[in-house]
Amino acid sequence: MTMPQAAAGLQQEREAALIAAILAGDREKFHDLIRPYERQVYLTALTLVKNETEAEDVAQEAILRAYRKLAGFRGDAKFSTWLIAITLNEARSRLREEKRAIVDSLDDHDAQEGDYTPAALTDWREVPSEVLERQEIRALMQQAVAELPDTFRQVVILRDMEELSVNETAEALGISVALVKVRLHRARLLLQKRLVPLLRIGWKAKPKSGMLRRLPWF
Amino acid sequence: MVLNCRHVWDRISDYIDGSLDPSVRADVEQHLAHCEICSAVLDSTRNIIILMADDRVFELPVDFSQRLHACLDLVLATESPDPV
Repeated sequence: MTMPQAAAGLQQEREAALIAAILAGDREKFHDLIRPYERQVYLTALTLVKNETEAEDVAQEAILRAYRKLAGFRGDAKFSTWLIAITLNEARSRLREEKRAIVDSLDDHDAQEGDYTPAALTDWREVPSEVLERQEIRALMQQAVAELPDTFRQVVILRDMEELSVNETAEALGISVALVKVRLHRARLLLQKRLVPLLRIGWKAKPKSGMLRRLPWF
Repeated sequence: MVLNCRHVWDRISDYIDGSLDPSVRADVEQHLAHCEICSAVLDSTRNIIILMADDRVFELPVDFSQRLHACLDLVLATESPDPV
């Protein structure tokens, strides 16, 4: 999560103290250690397995694994990054076991320049928080994310949904910062291109719903 | 440097993340000030990113946390973390 440096430092200290206590025998403190990251772990699992029940299984397994391997956490990475990397591994091994579509190769065509043209529409500037009052919009977004190529989806989930930094995203996925940036940019433009026309239709369908306030950016 | 729309689209993600070099950022802003289409692309892309960060888009399953901690209780009661 993005947070001011001082707060991040305090959080890291708190986590280090919790980890020390757990390893010294106060196992119950693992509940406190893991609670802030439940959602992140679940969503990371969901991005790979794309099934809610399986994602919950993967999240549980990943968290249990983190508990069992806790002594191996060195503190040179952030605990959250370490936990996400475990979750990604757990989800990948689940996919391998099931002989389902494996995650894309890491040396795919991401480094090449492609033609990613965004949708150029001028009349969708709803207030985002109000857009999400509508279930159909959430469903459209979930579908658009699910349809992204695996490598793009992983990056956009960690960076834009879970708000990891670019460096943390790179570390969790085991790829370079440059590749994170390329994938993130393309994923965002793909989502923009896919969603904006749909959101615009939704907007036009409900012209009197009070969602027409302009955002203050321009 | 005068940028065209294509150049701006290629930099829109870095612009939103604030990771453009100051001189490039100034060029992009100069273009945005005059280009309604790129302004709309920027707005809508930023809106998508804001929506993505909203917890309501992907909600946790009902009682996910309770099930997780119940499962943890079973393990914590019987297992210590592995030694290094």
